[in-house]
Amino acid sequence: MSKELDELRRQLEGWERNELAAFLKKAPERRPEFRTNTGFPVKRVYTALDLAETPPEDIGLPGQYPYTRGAYPTMYRGRLWTMRQIAGFGTAEDTNRRFKYLISQGQTGLSTDFDMPTLMGYDSDHPMSEGEVGREGVAIDTLADMELLFDGIDLENISVSMTINPSAWILLAMYIGVAQSRGLDLNKLSGTIQADILKEYMAQKEWAFPIRPSVRIVRDCITYCARNMKRYNPINISGYHISEAGSSPLDEVAFPLCNLITYVEEVTKTGLHVDEFAPRLAFFFVSQGDFFEEVAKFRAVRRAYAKIMKERFGARNPDSMRLRFHTQTAAATLTKPQYMVNVIRTTLQALAAVLGGTQSLHTNGMDEAFTIPTEEAMKIALRTQQVIADESNVANVIDPLGGSYYVEHLTTRMERAIFEVIEEVDRRGGTIKLIEEGWFQRRIADFAYETAIKKAKGEKVVLGVNKFVEPDERVAIETHPYDPTTAVRQIERLKRVRRERDQRKVEGLFERLVQVARDEGENIMPVTIELVRAGASMGEIVERLKALWGTYRETPVF
Amino acid sequence: MAEAIRVIVAKVGLDGHDRGVKIVARTLRDAGMDVIYTGLHRTPEEVVEAAVQEDVDVLGVSILSGAHMTVFPRLLKLLAERDAEDVIVVGGGVMPEGDVAQLKALGVKEVLLQDTPPEAIVATIRRLVAERGPK
Repeated sequence: MSKELDELRRQLEGWERNELAAFLKKAPERRPEFRTNTGFPVKRVYTALDLAETPPEDIGLPGQYPYTRGAYPTMYRGRLWTMRQIAGFGTAEDTNRRFKYLISQGQTGLSTDFDMPTLMGYDSDHPMSEGEVGREGVAIDTLADMELLFDGIDLENISVSMTINPSAWILLAMYIGVAQSRGLDLNKLSGTIQADILKEYMAQKEWAFPIRPSVRIVRDCITYCARNMKRYNPINISGYHISEAGSSPLDEVAFPLCNLITYVEEVTKTGLHVDEFAPRLAFFFVSQGDFFEEVAKFRAVRRAYAKIMKERFGARNPDSMRLRFHTQTAAATLTKPQYMVNVIRTTLQALAAVLGGTQSLHTNGMDEAFTIPTEEAMKIALRTQQVIADESNVANVIDPLGGSYYVEHLTTRMERAIFEVIEEVDRRGGTIKLIEEGWFQRRIADFAYETAIKKAKGEKVVLGVNKFVEPDERVAIETHPYDPTTAVRQIERLKRVRRERDQRKVEGLFERLVQVARDEGENIMPVTIELVRAGASMGEIVERLKALWGTYRETPVF
Repeated sequence: MAEAIRVIVAKVGLDGHDRGVKIVARTLRDAGMDVIYTGLHRTPEEVVEAAVQEDVDVLGVSILSGAHMTVFPRLLKLLAERDAEDVIVVGGGVMPEGDVAQLKALGVKEVLLQDTPPEAIVATIRRLVAERGPK
């Protein structure tokens, strides 16, 4: 150890014996111990001694391996993060109006929420869809809906994110169908489908087929985009839903990296080199309530990703090692009581995401503990980002918490813990096997249960719920109404499409679809694009493949 | 010693939010109740069948997708058709206050919204079973 650090250690020990000991005698601390949300111990003060745990090359500079300090050399000095508020409800026309409103308010990217039937691959007229059509998101059955969803929106100049998983490839096919009918260049389209099926089995629980054919579809999306859509992100490997299902911040970033490893292994088996597709892999994380831990989490996952891509997969292109991510603030931290306080929670979470170097951001509406947000709530949420971007000056400097003794310590602590999780998963037989055994699901459920107990005991403070409660509070809030005519309008259009299409052509394409699905070596995208252009509905495509592959039923753990 | 209260907790329809239902299942189990969790994506018919077969005291259904006004009336109707109206139906999840009042009027005995503390859930179930009396 260097002379300076020896000197510092003596100074610290002296401080503990003298100033600190005397002070603690008079006034003890609030708690016997302090921990981060994950449970990492927090010391009362950090110094250069802690910074010395991290090799300087692990911190590095922005836009340089291992990207701890940021994905790009200029970060927000070059271009601000994309302000991407998610929207989706009712029919395609309803959501198209909300998109246009958000663009008029200064939003710079689009993000689409689909209703439960669309997410699960059911048509709006399926019995399982009753009561759900257009409720939690927009209903999409056919290409006709997709055309209305993006009517009047310039798809070559705005990036579009679609939060969709088991049925993602069909939505991608529809998106391509819209672009083709407008004569657009597929290589100019930017945006993403989520298509991260493994985290569905872990956390969000939206699936159509068993795990292995589902992973093959993801593989097909990645290889198709690598060859045909140079600017499009074919996957958003997501921690957000893992966190919302109750995981620790550590598992929220460690589990997606386990999923990443599985996807990269599957795609490279087709003969693609990692550098041919990894530059378009994108991520999606939450920003939770523990401010510094969140900043450290984002920095740590960037570093861990760079090392995995370089060391495990032999990437040589820097773009393959540069983790880019979207962030959403944490919906599960929002409360009904004193709901205006949600604006403040969201502001802090958004700031942590920006200080952590996010590429795009969704800030939640203050009314999201009630239902999907109103236009007014979305405007305040967007303004929250705009205040951070335009008024706070934090975007003028890159990684301002870099070099902070505490944040660098937490970053390294988090990175090491991430690799411990990955090593354990490798040792136990890999991600798919452990999903089948419920290992990830149990870890998430355990942490969720512990969190619930801590909230009940008041150890984890939730203002308005277990502290500063206003028992007589009467919540008066205007919420987004559900239009009861949605399902009728939607099903009418679906029936019209079915009536007007060339049924023989569609049947022929369904036969091809099944042949392609049987042959692991084929890519499912081209025939799906033909199908949706011929008027096949999402639910029909999914049903044909369920007949071949079967469905999925999880063995629940609690 | 009295027999343990038998509870089935269920997820109906496409809604995949299972964080809350699993916490409730574990909380009730830790409180000494016999708890069955159906897993996700069940139909109302499957859930009612299971409740009748397992001879439960309480049927708890968690919905966070907004489909509660479709699902609960159907569950209550199916229970009535099976002469199983003594099964206590409890709702949980995210739903507007106005809907909660309507559900109670329809026959849902209690609705436990998000952030209900675990001990309050246990107390509610015990109270409802005591009020109903022996089966």
